[in-house]
Amino acid sequence: MSANPVVASAGAVSRETRQFAAAFLVMLALIAVAPFVAYPFFVMQALCFALFACAFNLLIGYVGLLSLGHAMFLGAASYVCAHAAKVWGLDPVLAILVGVVCSAVLGFVAGALSIRSQGIYFAMITVALSQMIYFFCVEAPFTHGEDGVQGVPQGRVFGLIDLSQPALLYVFVAVVFLFGFLTVYRAVNSPFGEILKAIRENEPRAISLGYRVQRYKLAAFVLSAALAGLAGATKAIVGQNASLTDVGFAMSGEVVLMTLLGGMGTFYGPVVGAIVVVSMQNYLAQYGQWVTVIQGGVFVACVLAFRRGVVGEIASALKWTSL
Amino acid sequence: MFFGHAITAQQLFGQLLIGLINGSFYALLSLGLAVIFGMLNVVNFAHGALYMMGAFVAYFLLHEFGLNYWWALIGAPLIVGAFGALIERTLLVRLRGLDPLYSLLLTFGLALMIQGLFQNEFGASGMPYAIPPQLAGAHNLGFMFLPNYRAWVIGFSAFVCFATWFVIEKTRIGAYLRAATENPTMTRAFGLNVPRMITLTYGFGVGLAALAGVLAAPINQVRPGMGVDIIAVVFAVVVIGGMGSILGSIITGFTLGVVEGLTKVFYPEASNTVVFVIMAVVLLIKPAGLFGKVA
Repeated sequence: MSANPVVASAGAVSRETRQFAAAFLVMLALIAVAPFVAYPFFVMQALCFALFACAFNLLIGYVGLLSLGHAMFLGAASYVCAHAAKVWGLDPVLAILVGVVCSAVLGFVAGALSIRSQGIYFAMITVALSQMIYFFCVEAPFTHGEDGVQGVPQGRVFGLIDLSQPALLYVFVAVVFLFGFLTVYRAVNSPFGEILKAIRENEPRAISLGYRVQRYKLAAFVLSAALAGLAGATKAIVGQNASLTDVGFAMSGEVVLMTLLGGMGTFYGPVVGAIVVVSMQNYLAQYGQWVTVIQGGVFVACVLAFRRGVVGEIASALKWTSL
Repeated sequence: MFFGHAITAQQLFGQLLIGLINGSFYALLSLGLAVIFGMLNVVNFAHGALYMMGAFVAYFLLHEFGLNYWWALIGAPLIVGAFGALIERTLLVRLRGLDPLYSLLLTFGLALMIQGLFQNEFGASGMPYAIPPQLAGAHNLGFMFLPNYRAWVIGFSAFVCFATWFVIEKTRIGAYLRAATENPTMTRAFGLNVPRMITLTYGFGVGLAALAGVLAAPINQVRPGMGVDIIAVVFAVVVIGGMGSILGSIITGFTLGVVEGLTKVFYPEASNTVVFVIMAVVLLIKPAGLFGKVA
């Protein structure tokens, strides 16, 4: 949906890498400083949502697929991870892994069903599928319905690192986030990513060049679902719970808002968007439903006047193409 | 098949009736979506919110202006339809020629705003709307009691759906609309005001949603959340029927309502998900939907 130059000369690549690296250092510094400035729990939540938005952006920004049901991956992994850690007593890393695998499998099934349709059909199918998962979570016994899974133990990573210590938990979440963020960067800047962008720009052409477009789209969808799952599972460990909020339709809408506001098809856009949206919810919480109204207003404003998003506008002003 | 409990005829016909009622709303809503999509290539995400507005307008007309149900049946679609036309004229028109995903996101944002504003004002709980006295009471059909109002909703919805189909497929106005859908530039060259047709079409589709809202008001309560609850199911109905097929959306709407009702009798745990499961199966077999032409 946004126009990124797909081809770049060898000299330009190194400059773009330097720009990306400069921004990355700034982000690292901010992550290091953040817990001393803001409430650490809030920062960790924001990082989880930022990862969720990066996963979503992989589809909308680089394949041009708008998924309006991404909460199903966040929520499913969150529930499974919470259940694995609490009931099965798994190590947090293993519990997160189980959650991620579950989301990836769900992503494979949902992707196989929806990927054959394009554009708005794709969007509507993802809405319906995620609603199905939502009702499943309402009914299934292990999710405990309206109560959700409470009191998830944070446990020790490999039996050594105690995540119930806030500082260690923060480092753990930051590492998970950076891992997910760099996975997206790596995937987009690989031959695989180039083919995804080619599909976005001109699908019939990519088919005529002999690429099995459906397989590439499905692979991107599964990767996105797995990363969304990583965000959801980590969030379950951070917040020590899993609830219907994570799997509900409002969450699917929020991740679209985060990405749109920050800038679709930019690496840092979803991160910025997630932080803005989460802060907005946090600081405007006492205004109740006005948050929804404001979010709707931001949606409308972004779509009408501001389609490149915050980072997209900055990147285009600086002529930095690889933020 | 063996079911753990005996199912009485009363239960079966009762759920069948509820299914037909829900099917009426699905049909009216998906029909509106199909009409709007056909003309504007816009998936109107605000459809659920506008359906909810229809019910609220009916409520206000009764409690603020003393205008009864029958006035609301005409007034609410007109008022909400005019609101829709305003949205089209001021906002959607700016997105013409862009990727249709943007108009979807715009209507999504509008849905959030409308939803949030009503929730602020009225909270999450429902407000009752009385059944009009002319339609109170019920008929004994021998095997079940048929409340008059419910019979009216089913009959009237079916009438409106088929009238819409007739106008679009069989009349001169419909021919203009279809021409404008097929080739807007050529249609304009023949001297027809295509932008105005687009605005009126959007207003009409929104009006259908509001009409469904008025019909729903005495059955379900008037609640800000009523639109969100129904929109995902309606999307699934549209995907199953095939986008852009007028008759397809009507038939699918009624049928799925009935299927949902029957599921409540035979396997209640699945009644919320059955429509989505059917959608998944249809997508596997016929990706373009049962009545659709192209994916």
